Amino acid sequence: MSMKTLRGLLLLALPMALSGCHTVLMSPNGDVALQQRNLIIISFVLMLLIVVPVLIATLVFAWRYRESNQKAAYDPDWDHSTIIELMIWSAPLLIIIALGAITWVSTHKLDPYRPLDRVSAGKVVPADVKPLEVDVVALDWKWLFIYPEQNLAVVNELAAPVDRPIHFNLTASTVMNSFFVPSLAGQIYAMPGMQTTLQAVMNKPGDYWGFSANYSGAGFSYMNFVFKGMSEDDFNKWVAKAKASGDALDQATYTKLEAPSQKDPVHYYGSVTPGLYQAILNRCVQPGPSCMNMLRMSQPDSGGGEAAASPDSHAAMPMAHPQ
Amino acid sequence: MTFQNPDLAKLVFGRLTLGDIPYDEPILVYTFIGVAIGAIVLLGLITYYHKWGYLWREWFTSVDHKKIGIMYIVLAMVMLLRGFSDALMMRAQQAIAFGPHEGYLPAAHYDQVFTAHGTIMIFFVAMPFITGLINFVMPLQIGSRDVAFPFLNNFSFWMTVSGALLVMTSLFIGVFARTGWLAYPPLSELPTSPDSGVDYWIWGLQVAGVGTTLSGINMIATIVKMRAPGMTMMKMPIFTWTALLANVLIVAAFPVLTATLALLALDRYAGTHFFTNDLGGNYMMYVNLIWVWGHPEVYILVLPAFGVYSEVTSTFSRKRLFGYASMVYATVVIAVLSYLVWLHHFFTMGSGASVNSFFGITTMIISIPTGAKIFNWMFTMYRGRIVYDVPMLWVVAFIVTFVIGGMTGVLLAVPPADFELHNSLFLIAHFHNVIIGGVLFGMFAGVNYWFPKAFGFRLDAFWGKVSFWFWVVGFYFAFMPLYWLGLMGVTRRLRHFDDPSLKIWFEVAAFGAVLIFIGIAAMIVQIAVSIIRREQLRDTTGDPWHGRTLEWSTSSPPPPYNFAFTPKVYDIDTWWEMKRHHWRRPVEGFLPIHMPKNTGTGVYLAALSFIFGFAMVWYMWPLAIISFVALLAVAIHHTFNYNRDYYIPADEVARTEAVRAGA
Repeated sequence: MSMKTLRGLLLLALPMALSGCHTVLMSPNGDVALQQRNLIIISFVLMLLIVVPVLIATLVFAWRYRESNQKAAYDPDWDHSTIIELMIWSAPLLIIIALGAITWVSTHKLDPYRPLDRVSAGKVVPADVKPLEVDVVALDWKWLFIYPEQNLAVVNELAAPVDRPIHFNLTASTVMNSFFVPSLAGQIYAMPGMQTTLQAVMNKPGDYWGFSANYSGAGFSYMNFVFKGMSEDDFNKWVAKAKASGDALDQATYTKLEAPSQKDPVHYYGSVTPGLYQAILNRCVQPGPSCMNMLRMSQPDSGGGEAAASPDSHAAMPMAHPQ
Repeated sequence: MTFQNPDLAKLVFGRLTLGDIPYDEPILVYTFIGVAIGAIVLLGLITYYHKWGYLWREWFTSVDHKKIGIMYIVLAMVMLLRGFSDALMMRAQQAIAFGPHEGYLPAAHYDQVFTAHGTIMIFFVAMPFITGLINFVMPLQIGSRDVAFPFLNNFSFWMTVSGALLVMTSLFIGVFARTGWLAYPPLSELPTSPDSGVDYWIWGLQVAGVGTTLSGINMIATIVKMRAPGMTMMKMPIFTWTALLANVLIVAAFPVLTATLALLALDRYAGTHFFTNDLGGNYMMYVNLIWVWGHPEVYILVLPAFGVYSEVTSTFSRKRLFGYASMVYATVVIAVLSYLVWLHHFFTMGSGASVNSFFGITTMIISIPTGAKIFNWMFTMYRGRIVYDVPMLWVVAFIVTFVIGGMTGVLLAVPPADFELHNSLFLIAHFHNVIIGGVLFGMFAGVNYWFPKAFGFRLDAFWGKVSFWFWVVGFYFAFMPLYWLGLMGVTRRLRHFDDPSLKIWFEVAAFGAVLIFIGIAAMIVQIAVSIIRREQLRDTTGDPWHGRTLEWSTSSPPPPYNFAFTPKVYDIDTWWEMKRHHWRRPVEGFLPIHMPKNTGTGVYLAALSFIFGFAMVWYMWPLAIISFVALLAVAIHHTFNYNRDYYIPADEVARTEAVRAGA
């Protein structure tokens, strides 16, 4: 689809987008979510091309050929017309060909695993900027965010500088959850013993709502957090504040944290035991049976517990696919 | 427990203790009192009027497909009341639980309510509705005297009832699942769901699933083998076509569900690790398997509804169905494609872009045959003479509603769009839009359409229209706000909200639910009024709507043998053609008619299955073993029952036909 038709479609959808300006999905502030929004609008408009005529024709026929309207033509044996049959199969087909093409391209372009190539429309990611790494763990029922580069961790608060790509690795402690910050980017499941990935970027400073979008048990309704989009300076201050916390996230504190709880306040951990995230992912924070990745690789020298938390260990059942 | 020997109590009662009876939950206690009073009144009335024998002989043990069909629909309507009560509770909770207010339902209760709502509405409302309509209508449409396996039919029905009873029992003994209606592991595994809830869910569905699968086999055999002479495949009424394909889907899909539930049960009972987090389990396999069943399931529901719309549109437009052949092909294409789209239920589980695109595009492709169907109904109305009786009103409401629901469905099929909309209230609005607007509206059209055939009098049109308008307007009020809330980023299954700006939309949705409540009440009034006014509404012709297919050629209600002489078929709209050629019903030359005999075995087997399921839920091992052995014994015993058929003598047939001629 050329840029021109695309713009035309967007223009058509302008009233809709405007009327929806206070719904977060229609007015997101992250580039990925914005592209997803545009896709929703384009698909919607494309379908209206066929849906609106169908609705009108249905109502017109339903009214015009009512029994009391004896002026209308009546043809009780008319049941076939090759031209009409061709039309009614090919019109939806054309729409679906267009939509299918858009789907193929956009699904690859907006694949959550694909590293971002732009921070916003017309603004490519500078060559020297590396994405911010965040490891996300969905716990019962709160979120743990580990910043490996900054060596800190936070419960129920996520901060990131604007216009810098973020690379999330996600897992969970016991059950399936879905990590979702609607204004930032679409959701992806966070699952125990599995790792998923999400690449996103926020373009405007502010506080945004984040939550679990997959039912996970009794405390699910309170599994919320605030995503803070910040300037580079503010983010550094935030890091400093978090680092100032004397609490360290090690195996013992994590075990306590992991126990089910609800409505947990924001909590900072100034340091994190190296490899903790890998241990969570491989389900071997507790000393005991071998880590999943070690089981899988069946290395004779692999011990249990923290041994698996070497930085080069891979997810047990990596969800990643080659890009 | 007051037993001297606690081990004996444990052996007999398993893990069931008095503490599992929720006498401390006011809502459940009042519900129980209400249900108990209702049951006592109902049972008392049956006893007072000495109707037990009649019910047992004429209905419960009946192998007549018409009576079984009616019983299925009664089951669906009763369960609709339960499922809808759950819906009202959810709407009320979500409309008030904001900020400091926690609402009136704690998580332990609310989470059961939404799980039960989904389970009941799909398995015990939509499915019995579909199976009931197919049971009643299809054999009449193909000019048959019954289904291929009449006893199996009765057995299937009672298994569905047993499954429903197991789910209902969880209301008053123990708890129901708190997992969502598809009970995804790892949440539904023993460590996170240790109580009876998921087990009720598993055994309720397993027991009902036996019935559904067997009924599917039965219906396929009937359609393939028992059509009237001359009715080639391409002369079958379109409802029969949709029934055939829905049952093919049932037979292909339900075993997957049975196997999946069995694996989950093994995890929970035998300590296996199919879907657990550790020791090699993979719950993502469950998610795949359950949707390999789950997506065809929605087409199992909607295809027969499409069949109803086709019949109703053609009849009330007084015109042949436009594009019969393309309608058939569209149905076949939908049935095949329904197996190639399951992954669209979890684009967000991390599959690669090519996998996601593939399933997104196959999903969109389904909209092509579906769109063709919509056009066919439109062009059936074109140059027709449309009579707006109640069934036809449902058709028009369906087309408009379903087109909207289909459109949002295609939107959800675009994977990157789904990343934003998945699990949101937008999704909830979408599938209610297609299941209510597609399936339920179709069932209501079908009930209003075929009711006079079943009972010999029409349903009252005034109350039918009252119900129609409240349902349709209520639907839009209840679900359009959910689309909007979805765009506001609100996810499903929440029982509490912080953002006060959402409140108004939940209140509008709750208002819509109240309108639907009035619609349901009007439906009950409609049935009551129709029974009272049955003499005014009486139809003696057997053909009150100027029908087109064979079911309208018999009397209403049809005699037990349906057709005194097997009709010969020359056209798709057989009855229309017969009327056009001034066909005269034969009044002499009757022969004795070979009929299947009623049997109580289906009831016994289903009752034993219920006991078995209940025993399994509560770990009552001795009872489980006894009931299972009894189940096998009764089934084997039934194979030695050679007293299973009889002949209606020719003179009795002559008398029955003469009564009709005199009327």
